Amino acid sequence: MKIISTATVVENVKEMCIRANHYLSEDMNLALNKAVDTEKSELGKKILNQLQENLEIADKEQIPICQDTGMAVFFIEVGQDLHIEGGLLTDAINEGVRQGYTEGYLRKSVVGDPIERINTKDNTPAIIHYDLVAGDSLKITLAPKGFGSENMSRIFMLKPADGIEGVKEAILTAVKEAGPNACPPMVVGVGIGGTFEKSALMAKKALTREFSERQNIPWVKELEDEMLEKINKLGIGPGGLGGTTTALAVNINTYATHIAGLPVAVNICCHVNRHITRKL
Amino acid sequence: MEQKIQTPITSEITSKLHSGDYCYISGEIYVARDAAHKRMNEALNKGEELPIPIENCTIYYMGPSPARDGRPIGSAGPTTASRMDKYAPRLLDLGLKAMIGKGKRTPEVIEAIKRNNGVYFAAVGGAGALLSKCIKSSEVICYDDLGAEAIRKLYVEDFPVIVVVDSQGNNLYETAIKEFNSL
Repeated sequence: MKIISTATVVENVKEMCIRANHYLSEDMNLALNKAVDTEKSELGKKILNQLQENLEIADKEQIPICQDTGMAVFFIEVGQDLHIEGGLLTDAINEGVRQGYTEGYLRKSVVGDPIERINTKDNTPAIIHYDLVAGDSLKITLAPKGFGSENMSRIFMLKPADGIEGVKEAILTAVKEAGPNACPPMVVGVGIGGTFEKSALMAKKALTREFSERQNIPWVKELEDEMLEKINKLGIGPGGLGGTTTALAVNINTYATHIAGLPVAVNICCHVNRHITRKL
Repeated sequence: MEQKIQTPITSEITSKLHSGDYCYISGEIYVARDAAHKRMNEALNKGEELPIPIENCTIYYMGPSPARDGRPIGSAGPTTASRMDKYAPRLLDLGLKAMIGKGKRTPEVIEAIKRNNGVYFAAVGGAGALLSKCIKSSEVICYDDLGAEAIRKLYVEDFPVIVVVDSQGNNLYETAIKEFNSL
C-alpha cells in the first residue's frame, strides 16, 4: 500500500495554487493564438492581442493573470489502495490553499458566511470534490474559478420532450445572457443528464478538460462543434464588444438520467480558464 | 477614434466621447467595489459625507490582488459593473462622472448616465497583469478592513479603456454585437 503524507499534499497544493494563477495551460494559449488569426473585428483583435500580452506580463513579472484569483475548486481522485498519513486530506488541501494564496500574493476572495460576508483572509475553505478510484495514486486537479463568469452560470431542468433542440437553446441562452459579463472569449462547460447537482458538477469538471481531448460519443462530439460555431455567430466577441470569437471551446459531459428529466447545466469560464493537475 | 483623457473627467470631456472610442486615461481615479458601495450608500442614508470627492469623480470597479514588495499594486483588472448598479444612479446624481468596469448596465444606470452627462468605460476583463502596469501609485483611502474591497486612490498613466455607454446613452454592447451577429 502506498503512503502519502499530508505534508506532501500541502506542499503540492500550495505550489499548484501559485502556478495556476500565473500560467495558462498550453491548450488555452493555442486557442487564443488561433483566435487572433481568425477574429474579424479590429477591436476584437486588439483585445485578443492585449490578452496575449497580459499572459506574457503575468509570466515574466509574476503578477496573477487576473486579479480574481478565484475560489479554489478541487477534483481529487483517491486511489482506494492509498493511505494518507498525518491527518485529514481535506485539512491538508485547505492548508495548501492557505499557504499558496498568502505566500503567492493571490487575492483572498472568500467570505466565511454568504450573508454575514466576513472575509476569511486566506481564501479557505476550498471547494473539494472527491472520487474514489482504482489504484494507489492521488490525483489532484485544481481549477481556481473567478466569479465574473461563475455568476453567469445556469441550470435548466428541461423536459425529455425538449430533446437535443432544448439543450442547444439552453446553452445559447446562457451564453447570450452572460455576454460581456463573463469576460469573453469564454470556455463553456456543459453537463447534460444526471440529477440537478450531478449536471452542475459535470459542467464544472468539463472546464478542466484539455481541448485536444475529445468526447468519444458521436452526438456529444458533434454537439460540441455545433455549439462552438453557433456561439461564435452570436457576435458577442472579445470583451463583449463585438466579433467572431465569443468562445474558445465548448466541453460537454454527459451521464445517465431519470425517465422524467433532462437536466442541463452550463458553467461558463472566462478566457482565464485555469486548471492544473498533479498525480502523486 | 483614439484619444487621451486627463482626470478629472468633466462634462466638457464626456460630451466629446462616443460609444466605441478607445481612450487612454491619466490622472487620479478611485477604486470601489461591492462592499465599499454598500458602505457609501449607508453613509449617505445616515446623512454623512462620502469618503471620496464625488464631483467629476472616476470610479474604477476593481479589487486588486496583493502587491509584491516594491510594486504599487498586484493584478488589477475590472470587475463586473452590474453588481454596483443598485448604487450607481445615486452617485451619478451626486456628481460621479465616469465609471470603469466590465459588463452590462441596467436601464436605470444608463438613464442616470444620460441625465448627468456621465460615461461608462469598459477595461478588458481578465487582463489584470497588463492593466496593473498603468497604475503608478495606489493608496487605501478608507474601509481598510474590507481588504481587496477597500476604497483606493490610484494614479494611472495611459490606462486603456473603451467607451461603452456615452453621455447620449449609446451602448456599444448592443450595437457592436448586432454588427457581428449572423445567426
